[in-house]
Amino acid sequence: MGLEEIQRRLTDIFRDIFDREDIVLTRELTSADIEDWDSLANINLVVAIEKEFGISFNLNEIKSLADVGDMLDLIKAKVG
Amino acid sequence: MTPFTAPLNVHHLLRKKKAIRRELLQSRARLEEKRIAILGGSTTAELKDMLELFLLNSGFEPAFYESEYNRYFEDLAFPDSALKSFKPDVIYLHTSNVNIMRYPSLTDDAAAVERLVEEELQKFKTLWDGAELNYNCPVIQNNFEMPHARVLSNLDCYALQGHSRFVAELNRRFSEEARLRKQLYLNDIHYLSAWFGLERWYDLTAWYAYKYAMSLQAIPHIAQNVCAIINSIFGKSKKCLVLDLDNMLWGGVIGDDGLGGIQLGSDTASGESYIGFQHYVKDLKDRGIILAVCSKNEEINAKEGFAHSDSVLRFDDFSAFQANWNDKHDNVRRIAKTLNIGIDSLVFVDDNPAERELVRAQEPLVAVPEIGDDVTKFISILDKSGLFEAVSLSREDLRRTAFYSDNSKRVSSEAQFENYDAFLQSLEMVAEIKPLTEIFAERAVQLCNKTNQFNVTTRRVTMTQMNDMISDPDVITIYGRLEDKFGDSGLVSLMSGDIRDEALHISLWLMSCRVLKRGLEGAMLDRMAALAKARGLTSMVGYYLPTPKNKMVSELFAEMGFEPYADAEGQAGRWRLDLGSPYQNRNSIIRVNHGT
Repeated sequence: MGLEEIQRRLTDIFRDIFDREDIVLTRELTSADIEDWDSLANINLVVAIEKEFGISFNLNEIKSLADVGDMLDLIKAKVG
Repeated sequence: MTPFTAPLNVHHLLRKKKAIRRELLQSRARLEEKRIAILGGSTTAELKDMLELFLLNSGFEPAFYESEYNRYFEDLAFPDSALKSFKPDVIYLHTSNVNIMRYPSLTDDAAAVERLVEEELQKFKTLWDGAELNYNCPVIQNNFEMPHARVLSNLDCYALQGHSRFVAELNRRFSEEARLRKQLYLNDIHYLSAWFGLERWYDLTAWYAYKYAMSLQAIPHIAQNVCAIINSIFGKSKKCLVLDLDNMLWGGVIGDDGLGGIQLGSDTASGESYIGFQHYVKDLKDRGIILAVCSKNEEINAKEGFAHSDSVLRFDDFSAFQANWNDKHDNVRRIAKTLNIGIDSLVFVDDNPAERELVRAQEPLVAVPEIGDDVTKFISILDKSGLFEAVSLSREDLRRTAFYSDNSKRVSSEAQFENYDAFLQSLEMVAEIKPLTEIFAERAVQLCNKTNQFNVTTRRVTMTQMNDMISDPDVITIYGRLEDKFGDSGLVSLMSGDIRDEALHISLWLMSCRVLKRGLEGAMLDRMAALAKARGLTSMVGYYLPTPKNKMVSELFAEMGFEPYADAEGQAGRWRLDLGSPYQNRNSIIRVNHGT
């Protein structure tokens, strides 16, 4: 799967989780940029990503996700 | 279809919860505010979000209190807390086996293990006692799921020191307590987690990273379970299962294949699977769920199916039978009318997706599970839907379907009489109307909390409050039971008044819809007036508090001869009946046994 496709699907996930159609993902986006993105929203993101891409994250991977760029790279590494 | 349609679409709920919430808040007319305190032994954020969606979908307007992380014990055991000012209607104790303080160690003897069970139980008893003392509201309590790991492997379930055995013993003791305590309701996560699969239930990543005691995917199921219990406590469980026939209760089309051609019976796998489903439906009926048929068929063919020698269900198991070529939503409406129950009490099952969509679109208050067309899935979908949740099994429940079948007979004999009084006379009704005693308190509470239509105040009453009303000398509470030549309807009416300033202020007046238009309300008023006069009271004061469901009693006081008046503050909706002049009995048809 190409990075573009991953980013498109990840954007849909963000828009669903935060119920905001105007979210545009950039690699630099962090939890500080989205109001409701707290640690508990993080698990909702993780569960939705795991389901969407058919992958799973371990404890260290979850803790290492600092920005959207990290997410894209990790998903890419797992889905190939 | 909504995301709440059984079976649950968990991922959709989790991912779209904000949008779903937004839409529910916009679209639904909500009836009652309910204040729900969630006291958690692990993180409860997702549970609160999910429970909110389910409760909104049930027509509640929920407000939530969440304990601080793992502060459930402090919140309940020490009542000087924010919980007190929240004034919960329901307390939900979301604990699980991560909250078990001490498991037995391998060196413990039987007495030591029993002490640990007692200690653990005592912790919860303290909480339940505290809840009863300080909040006097229903408490929903999780039992425990089986442990994540078994160090003793299979021995774990029978060695005295085994953790699985310990959990099973705690669950047994919880069940005993819940049978004894009127306000304690168990949320059986032991069963739920087994059904869901312990492997999917446990998610140690979610535990270590976020302190969720179970996977996020399990949480919508827990919320559904808790919501079903709350629905049941407040009288919102469904009452009637409306069934299609062809490819639902038997395989094939009886109008085409004939009695010999349908698949029903143990000679084929498919025939046997329909027998299995019929057994489940029959069990629901025995438990008090009313059955109805809604089928596109010639009536004669439809009835013939139940004459099949292998059919578990018989024609007279159904309290309403609509087999014709009308639109299904029309038939569904007719079924609700025949049975005299709200259309929101119906569950409609049909293997044809077009019929399901039609009923959903035309009658959105009818629950329409996505039952599919595979008979081997029907039971599971219905059983896990939570639609027929019951929090108690009263004798009335076990006999209810007999009442409704009797009612259908009454409707058919009604047709033969020109004059309604003549019909009522022919019913040979006998009522028992007496002051309420503790023996009937449980049924009275149940009736009070599930009656929405014939109910002037829609006041909900807990068991403790009902017992207080019985013992308070300044409160008069009477019940009415009604019997006729077709059967015994049981305890179906309740009336209560508070004595203040030489007047009886009617705080409760309600009646089950299955005895509407029988004149029982007149007989209840007659008895209440006699008791009030005997106490030297000079008037009765009635209050009509309108809700979306009780319009049928908006004119009740006028019909019963009360005069409208506004009180000193100019408050309307009040009615007064002077007891100074001679009182003319309203009822002349029902023979009343007053007792002493």
